[in-house]
Amino acid sequence: MLGLQAFFFYIFAFIAVGGALMVVFARNPVHSVLFLILTFVAAAGLFLLAGAEFLALILIVVYVGAVAILFLFVVMMLDLDLGQMKKGALRYAPFGLIIGLVLLAELIIAATGGAYHPELSQTTALPMQPLYELSNINALGSVLYTRYILFFQLAGLILFVAMVGAIVLTLRHKEGIKRQSISAQNARNPATAIEIRKVESGRGL
Amino acid sequence: MEIGLGHYLTVAAILFVTGVFGIFMNRKNIITILMSVELILLSVNINMVAFSAFLGDLVGQVFALFILTVAAAEAAIGLAILVVFFRNRGSIAVDDVNTMKG
Repeated sequence: MLGLQAFFFYIFAFIAVGGALMVVFARNPVHSVLFLILTFVAAAGLFLLAGAEFLALILIVVYVGAVAILFLFVVMMLDLDLGQMKKGALRYAPFGLIIGLVLLAELIIAATGGAYHPELSQTTALPMQPLYELSNINALGSVLYTRYILFFQLAGLILFVAMVGAIVLTLRHKEGIKRQSISAQNARNPATAIEIRKVESGRGL
Repeated sequence: MEIGLGHYLTVAAILFVTGVFGIFMNRKNIITILMSVELILLSVNINMVAFSAFLGDLVGQVFALFILTVAAAEAAIGLAILVVFFRNRGSIAVDDVNTMKG
């Protein structure tokens, strides 16, 4: 008899793993992006099960709402040649498969081999209060704006630099487009702005 | 059957390996490589959150938040470079990138 927690854990875990596999193996990049969204939503479910409520919702807002949509925009904007893209795919597959299997075996042995005992390390830097005493977002906020304020500001700086960099990279100055010149507008005075012509009667300019 | 730390670590390990394999598998397609990098970062986040939950330590979640920030910035910059590259060369095949010699 599986508990309810284990039941949901296995559902989310299988969806996440299956979605990740489909991201790699899907032929169409648009399908890859959609499976990436599925993987992120399943991972958000795993975060919820682990008690990280704020991170789970942030994962949906940031990844599904921003990053995956950005990917979708780029995939649909670029005119991709699907046949040419998959041509040399199988050449590196055996190599990648060997590296992947070795890595997976190592990681699973390390994770489940019993070399790590959680009860041995009692030196927690920030002990978490139980969720019924202090909600997850409350606990995170109380350390994020005090103890980790420097890292928080640095994260903001990273996002700012990334935003400026992305704009600078993709900005393109086209020739033959009229642009606003603020300095030229401010330098205008009545002497240069208007011109008085004497119009003779019965004739145009 | 109790869900323990090992279960979370195994899921994260499988996601990580899938991401690494995706980088090798899709050598022609930079977009899929970027998505594989996102998968790898997600698996790291799952590790952080799992250790945070099972050790009762909040620092893991704080760090997962910062990893999320860096991953979002990385995706934005990577896609911007991709758009500029496509505009210049008309394809996004990785094999063409090595023609960019300084």
